[in-house]
Amino acid sequence: MTTQTIQFRVYRYDPDKDAKPYMQDISVEVDSTDRKLLDALVKLKVKDETVSFRRSCREGVCGSDAMNINGKNGLACLTDLKDLKQPIELRPIPGLPVIRDLIVDMTQFFKQYHSIKPYVVNDTPPPEKERLQSPEDRKELDGLYECILCACCSTSCPSFWWNPDKFVGPAGLLAAYRFIADTRDTATNERLDNLEDPYRLFRCHTIMNCVDVCPKHLNPTRAIGKIKDLMVKRAV
Amino acid sequence: MVNRIVVGAGYGLRDWVMQRVTAVIMALYTVALVLFLLTAPSSYEAWQSFFKSTWVQVLTQTTIVALLLHVWVGIRDVWMDYVKPVGVRLALHSFTIVWLASCFIYSVKVVWGL
Repeated sequence: MTTQTIQFRVYRYDPDKDAKPYMQDISVEVDSTDRKLLDALVKLKVKDETVSFRRSCREGVCGSDAMNINGKNGLACLTDLKDLKQPIELRPIPGLPVIRDLIVDMTQFFKQYHSIKPYVVNDTPPPEKERLQSPEDRKELDGLYECILCACCSTSCPSFWWNPDKFVGPAGLLAAYRFIADTRDTATNERLDNLEDPYRLFRCHTIMNCVDVCPKHLNPTRAIGKIKDLMVKRAV
Repeated sequence: MVNRIVVGAGYGLRDWVMQRVTAVIMALYTVALVLFLLTAPSSYEAWQSFFKSTWVQVLTQTTIVALLLHVWVGIRDVWMDYVKPVGVRLALHSFTIVWLASCFIYSVKVVWGL
């Protein structure tokens, strides 16, 4: 089995020990079965167990291992090692407080997600079995429901960096449209009211960093555009 | 006063639409002006008589109003992004409004030859 050395430059910060963050050069031996960045990181963790990062499902479903890879947000488990220029520079996703190394505090991100009420609101009496949708109505949710909340998009958005407490961010707005588009939801007006604000929705200036980085190839910008269209439709 | 994060000013859509509509007005005016410049005789008299006709004055004034409204939304967005203290931001907003209002009054003087 052929082995190969991978060079890393990793952002290191342990608030208990370090006065400020620094970049550490580390190399690690990988073999031909290690195809994804996460595989190499797991080996790195064996070599130096103080390097901290989140990971769980290792197949792009849980959204834990979002990080800034050579300057671009992505999931370590979905990023091919062979495509990366070395030394591979790893930093935490930007704009959120760093807890340690590549681990960030996601509280603000989830606060914004919760603020759009990410669940179907329907006060009509529930039917015997379930609320049915036609295949066409269900199709409207494609490209919206697949979001895994990894925060790659929101933390690559300058508007979210400047106003993380007020701007919902691309992930939250994609989720907002997911429930606006859901025919089983009856709170469309309240949802639009909730977003009609110079900060919450309209901080989006359509620069599409979110679309560029989404590891699930979703398009928050299009969803945001559809929310704006509905607001215009409601107003004129 | 407790330090709460407050959002919900409710005017986001109006400004967003205004910025887009004013952009279209400016684009149309720019195209019309370029067409005029390509065909106009290059004398002072031709230039003056063009800007003397009422419809040109009206369209020019409308475009300047569109420009000022467009600038208001854009500059205010910059203040909102980068200036956090409420007092300083209010002062900057007020300054911007006064400045743009003055620009408008001066533009009336220029366009209508008062």
